[in-house]
Amino acid sequence: MSVIAEQQRPDLREPKGWRRASNRIATSLMVLAFVLVIIPLGFVLVTVIAKGASAINWSFLTSQIPSEVAPPGVGGIGPAIAGTIVIVALASALAVPLGILGAIYLNEYGGTGWLAKLIGFFSDVMTGVPSIIMGLFIFSIWVLHFGFSGLAGAFALACLMLPIVIRSTYEMLRLVPDSLREGSYALGATKARVTVTVVLPAAIGGIVSGALLAIARAAGETAPLLFTILTVTTVNWNVFSGPNTSLPSLIFANANTPYAGAQSRGWGAALTLIAIAFILMIVSRMITARFARFQR
Amino acid sequence: MEDSEQKVVTNLPRSEVAAAQPAQSDASEAGTEIFGAKKVSCYYGSFRAVTDVSLQIYEHEITAFIGPSGCGKTTVLRTLNRMNDLVSGAHVEGDVEYRGASLYGKDVSAIAVRRRIGMVFQKPNPFPKSIYDNVAYGPRINGERNKGKLNEIVERSLRQAALWDEVKDRLNNSGLGLSGGQAQRLCIARTLAVEPDVVLMDEPCSALDPIATSAIEDLMRDIKQRYTIVIVTHNMQQATRVSDRTAFFSVLRNEESDTRTGVLVEYGRTQQIFEDPHDDRTRAYVTGRMG
Repeated sequence: MSVIAEQQRPDLREPKGWRRASNRIATSLMVLAFVLVIIPLGFVLVTVIAKGASAINWSFLTSQIPSEVAPPGVGGIGPAIAGTIVIVALASALAVPLGILGAIYLNEYGGTGWLAKLIGFFSDVMTGVPSIIMGLFIFSIWVLHFGFSGLAGAFALACLMLPIVIRSTYEMLRLVPDSLREGSYALGATKARVTVTVVLPAAIGGIVSGALLAIARAAGETAPLLFTILTVTTVNWNVFSGPNTSLPSLIFANANTPYAGAQSRGWGAALTLIAIAFILMIVSRMITARFARFQR
Repeated sequence: MEDSEQKVVTNLPRSEVAAAQPAQSDASEAGTEIFGAKKVSCYYGSFRAVTDVSLQIYEHEITAFIGPSGCGKTTVLRTLNRMNDLVSGAHVEGDVEYRGASLYGKDVSAIAVRRRIGMVFQKPNPFPKSIYDNVAYGPRINGERNKGKLNEIVERSLRQAALWDEVKDRLNNSGLGLSGGQAQRLCIARTLAVEPDVVLMDEPCSALDPIATSAIEDLMRDIKQRYTIVIVTHNMQQATRVSDRTAFFSVLRNEESDTRTGVLVEYGRTQQIFEDPHDDRTRAYVTGRMG
């Protein structure tokens, strides 16, 4: 190679000095932040698995809740699992369709009208209401008149889920490009058609995962249930009448006792609850991936 | 043009109003009139994007709208199937007649208008659905449920759009997996599937390479026998290659209020517009001295 070509060859290496140092500092800070976030999560998981795994077996998941003083290995948490399932299912049935419809109104129909602005504003305010206030609210307007029931608990959880579902769905609908809507309008579609056949399918993955995150959040709530469902020790599948119980309430009650057996059942319930949340996350990922088939 | 129509209610200076009057060539040997725009002005809020456009568009012809950016070509195109209704604050003054019926009349449904007057957009916008479902979308929203008929429509439309041979083995794949040119032809097939009377095309080739562009131009010439086409284009060669008539739009600046508004400068047979333009601004534009 000639000398001239040698001289003209550009220096493409990463520049030294501040530019390079700042890159390294920023990278280290990000790794540090990641580790700091992972540490508490890791501790929680390790602790709950260490203390709860030994308690869990099939009979533990299905047996009735024994007396607080029962030794470890006796009884189980069946009623709490059943209660959590029926209450959260009912709360989801109330909050998810309503939330999705609300978000559709806000993004597709309401526009910048005063009603849409008002609903959007109060939905955001509702996100900030402490969950125990939701419980007290349902206690005062429902439980005082109709008594404790799974239904009351579902109302409280639904109040909590509603703004989350509205917000996550709204954000997903906003991401659907207007060019898709126009393409549909140009074929003579009505607004309802455009929404149902183009906008919702394009956003469905995000909507479903947002709804499942809200469900997982509700499944782990204790405070709204404190004043609404009471507790039971036998399975009550009837969500509409009679007191009920749930995993978070059981954990809360058992954590407040000095008895080793009750505490061990509490840890087992905690691990079960984490497992349920984890399964919901995985399902939400799978659904998102399935609906993303046509997104590429 | 008749004298009575020259009375223009506008706040533009007198000289500019005179200049805004298009030099119309006669419409001899024209077919059925599909669109008759009469003094159409388009507003976005209080901003007047286009002023006093009057022109006629004829059946089984390709009409091209050309002009510099911001001259309102696309806005005028979108008034022809009421797409501008979707833009909040947009409204139209004057009237557009479609086969003698007013498009902006009181009882007119924009939905019914768009079922007859389809549109292909600048950026290909296939739905996130399979190729088959993209084409079958229009017939389905019009109530077609018969599988055999839908298959027939999908194949016919894809053939018309010169896409069938490329996609016939993967109709169930996503429409988003196609290349730019294929995606645009899919959008054309989707528009043709509802058998519209008119196809409006808003710079359909601006995102495409010359080969895909030439495929779409061939396709336009092919389907011209059955449809009436109005195309907005930035490419003057394209206008000369495909169109029968050309409308040249330009931007008029109002010095007092410092606003810009689009006007129709000249409208006539494509050959006349490009070879013997009557207006100096048209001449400057088509010879490349302006815009």
